[in-house]
Amino acid sequence: MMSHAAYVFASYGIAILTVVSLCLWVIADGRARQRELRELEASGVRRRSAEVSSGETR
Amino acid sequence: MSENSLAIRKFSDLANPTRFLALADRMLPWLAALTALFFVVGLWLSFTTEGDYQQGETVRIMYVHVPAAWLSMMCYSVMALAALGTLVWRHPLADVSSRAAAPIGACFTFLALVTGSLWGKPMWGAWWVWDARLTSVFVLFLMYLGLMALNRAMDDPARSSRVSAVLVLVGFVNIPIIKFSVEWWNTLHQPASVLRLDGPTIDPEFLRPLVVMAIAFTLLFFTLHIAAMRNEIWRRRVTSLRRQAARSAGREA
Repeated sequence: MMSHAAYVFASYGIAILTVVSLCLWVIADGRARQRELRELEASGVRRRSAEVSSGETR
Repeated sequence: MSENSLAIRKFSDLANPTRFLALADRMLPWLAALTALFFVVGLWLSFTTEGDYQQGETVRIMYVHVPAAWLSMMCYSVMALAALGTLVWRHPLADVSSRAAAPIGACFTFLALVTGSLWGKPMWGAWWVWDARLTSVFVLFLMYLGLMALNRAMDDPARSSRVSAVLVLVGFVNIPIIKFSVEWWNTLHQPASVLRLDGPTIDPEFLRPLVVMAIAFTLLFFTLHIAAMRNEIWRRRVTSLRRQAARSAGREA
């Protein structure tokens, strides 16, 4: 039989682990997508709307 | 001001993904800081307030269990609203919002189930019972997983969005079942003690940390949801740019 404190710490431990992993996943996903966008832009692929708006401001 | 301005003046301006990205960039640091602040105060209150005269220290599990359970239902409600946005108004960001919310909702539902189990063992003497509340929340968890699998199974968001929206709306019937399960059936899980028509029946000593933690979890949800929506918009841009590149490569060849 675990002490009551052990149940409390297990709950908070799992909650912190879950929330931190979720945050890290969202951050890592965002960084990976931004890197892909930068690579595409570097290889000369641009969004059509971006071409139109840069054309208008000229 | 030209029409191309990215300033948001009307709610409908949010329908433009580029405007949404600009707004998200501005909001996210503030939301994240506010979330962290509420968590610091909430966790401090959670461990400094007194224990319950009957439950002792285990009452502190409530400060993560209850907000996680609220969030699991609120997240599904946000997805149901987004599903309406997809089917009724064909809002371009509605499907993005629904897709981005599913993994976050699954995490909160998982937390509600696990912390509930860790609270149930010392207080009820059982890790799990198949009563109406626990079973309906478990079904909610399975629905989140099913929706995530469906979203990943179909490549083209234009096609998968309607199917997934219909499924989200059908599944929404589970939300009132979860909420009222403790009243409709005889459950081991206790009935509501905070959101009641006759006001909370919980002592202010426990209500204070609970409310602060609930605000912290809600802010966390919106921070993560906006960030995940931004990721989803970027993901779609990468896909369409790759297609565009493949098409122009095909023309040149």
